[in-house]
Amino acid sequence: MDFQIAALLAQDGLTNGAIYALLALALVLVFGVTRVIFVPQGEFVAFGALTLAALQMGKTPGTVWLLLGMTLAAAVLESYRCGRAGTWRRWPREMLVLAAFPLAVALASYFLAPLQLPLWAQVLLTFCIITPMGPLLYRLAFQPVAEASVLVLLILAVAIHFVFVGLGLFLFGAEGSRTPPFGSGGFEALGVNVSNQALWVYAVSSALIVALYLFFGRTIFGKALRATAMNRVGARLIGASPNFAGRLTFTLAAALGAASGVLIGPITTVYYDSGFLIGLKGFVGAIIGGLVSYPIAALGALLVGLLESYASFWASAYKEIIVFTLIIPVLLWRSLTTTHHEEEE
Amino acid sequence: MGQVLIRLDQVSVSYGRVEAVHSVSLSVAPGQIVSVIGPNGAGKTTLLSATMGLLRARGGLEFLGENIREWPVEQRVAAGLVLVPERRELFADMGVEDNLLLGAFQRYLKRDRRINSTLDEVYTRFPRLKERRVQLAGTLSGGERQMLALGRALMGKPTLLMLDEPSLGLAPIIVREIFHILAGLRQDGVSILLVEQNARAALQVSDYGYVLETGEVALHGQSDELAQDQRVAASYLGAARKGNP
Ligand SMILES: Nc1ncnc2c1ncn2[C@@H]1O[C@H](COP(=O)(O)OP(=O)(O)OP(=O)(O)O)[C@@H](O)[C@H]1O
Ligand SMILES: [Mg+2]
Repeated sequence: MDFQIAALLAQDGLTNGAIYALLALALVLVFGVTRVIFVPQGEFVAFGALTLAALQMGKTPGTVWLLLGMTLAAAVLESYRCGRAGTWRRWPREMLVLAAFPLAVALASYFLAPLQLPLWAQVLLTFCIITPMGPLLYRLAFQPVAEASVLVLLILAVAIHFVFVGLGLFLFGAEGSRTPPFGSGGFEALGVNVSNQALWVYAVSSALIVALYLFFGRTIFGKALRATAMNRVGARLIGASPNFAGRLTFTLAAALGAASGVLIGPITTVYYDSGFLIGLKGFVGAIIGGLVSYPIAALGALLVGLLESYASFWASAYKEIIVFTLIIPVLLWRSLTTTHHEEEE
Repeated sequence: MGQVLIRLDQVSVSYGRVEAVHSVSLSVAPGQIVSVIGPNGAGKTTLLSATMGLLRARGGLEFLGENIREWPVEQRVAAGLVLVPERRELFADMGVEDNLLLGAFQRYLKRDRRINSTLDEVYTRFPRLKERRVQLAGTLSGGERQMLALGRALMGKPTLLMLDEPSLGLAPIIVREIFHILAGLRQDGVSILLVEQNARAALQVSDYGYVLETGEVALHGQSDELAQDQRVAASYLGAARKGNP
């Protein structure tokens, strides 16, 4: 392997790694705040890529129907709750808050999809379709059992993963899609071809990571989420309710998933069931960070990307095996070095 | 509103099948400090947790004339009911100032613009916290931690402040400081429901007192009269503090 090949592999690895890093951060965030090991994060990625692909072909993406279905289910659930608590006075407002945005997005997608909008508008629409699914999913699936054990929450997450993969097949069919690159061409630096696509991925991921950093470090909502992850009782006592924290967290996770999907669309062909493998690589990164450390999780995800890239050069048939085998020494190392905190509550 | 800030009417609280608090009735008037004293396991913490909404209560629970029994915790916080829990529940990996600001979380939601002036007030009351504003809460000493817990609660601008054993595990000199601060808060119009094992100090600072034993109110009355009571003197005002091994 000469320097050029090594550099190209590194570029590929970092490109994938940057996308895995977004996934890893989402997984750490969701686990910290809600204790859910969020297996279906990968499905948000696949849905993001497939939604953008559908929009590019001028079709109304299938995820619009999923969004409407989830909104309807949440509306039914909320009405039932209003009925039981006898708070019908609040019902119209609740419905408006719940359904206004998803309905507007669905209408917009239906009418705008055939118009072949510019790419940035399609990306924006993709975000608007995928992101509201996060809080809806929390409301429908996790909020009712928020106090359950980590294991129960994990089982629920796995179940949702299967449901989403099934719905993905139904909504998008079995064919894969690939979206055109954001930037064609590239330039030479140090005798290595740097592709504009890779630069886009680096720039967007870095921008998102900086945005997350500022959100958690500077804003009161970000701090409230960190507080919830640190001390659930304390967070309730300052009036940051678990429902609020859960919905906000899942909103962020879905948005990060959509971003990962939009970024990975031009790199690989995405199928309805591609999310799981992609998500698993983000998960390896998150595990390296012990599901608590954001920076280590992000670095871990970059490492996964690099390892995958070089493995595909040396032993391409084994690349997934090599990546996932990494988890064993990591777990060993973590179990030896982490001091075990006693579970509070 | 009238004469009563909070009223508990025959409140019972259970853990699963075991009832830990049995029909306790109690009330706090505006501007008062009311203390609840009693031995370990009497149900004091349970009573406060249920009042805050962390546990389900049966019976009547009224705050500012409204039935709050079915309200979630955050709604009670927004209405001005704030608890400093026995275990403090600080955000250990965050700085002192972030902990304080988070105490005003519900006020941020209501777009209250006076949060920074409340922060200044808290810093004036606890200069020690100002010195340590960037230190992580988890590295504070016990007394500082208690001050931070109090300060965080004050950031919420409570109408009724509930304190669960503010003197727990603190050296006598710091206990005195804390009680001094409570007296100062009362002067500023904050009403306080105070749970304490340090009966002497609690009865000294409060207007009215309740003695809780095995989940029931055994005695209640004006604090100065309670302090004279034979049974209270025998059980709670002995030379040695009860509850300390
Ligand atoms: N989570 C729980 N599950 C079951 N029983 C509990 C729980 N918490 C407290 N209890 C029981 O309820 C009773 C009252 O406990 P509580 O903590 O309210 O007492 P306390 O008056 O605050 O005591 P202390 O002065 O030691 O803090 C005790 O018998 C205790 O064992
Ligand atoms: Mg107690």
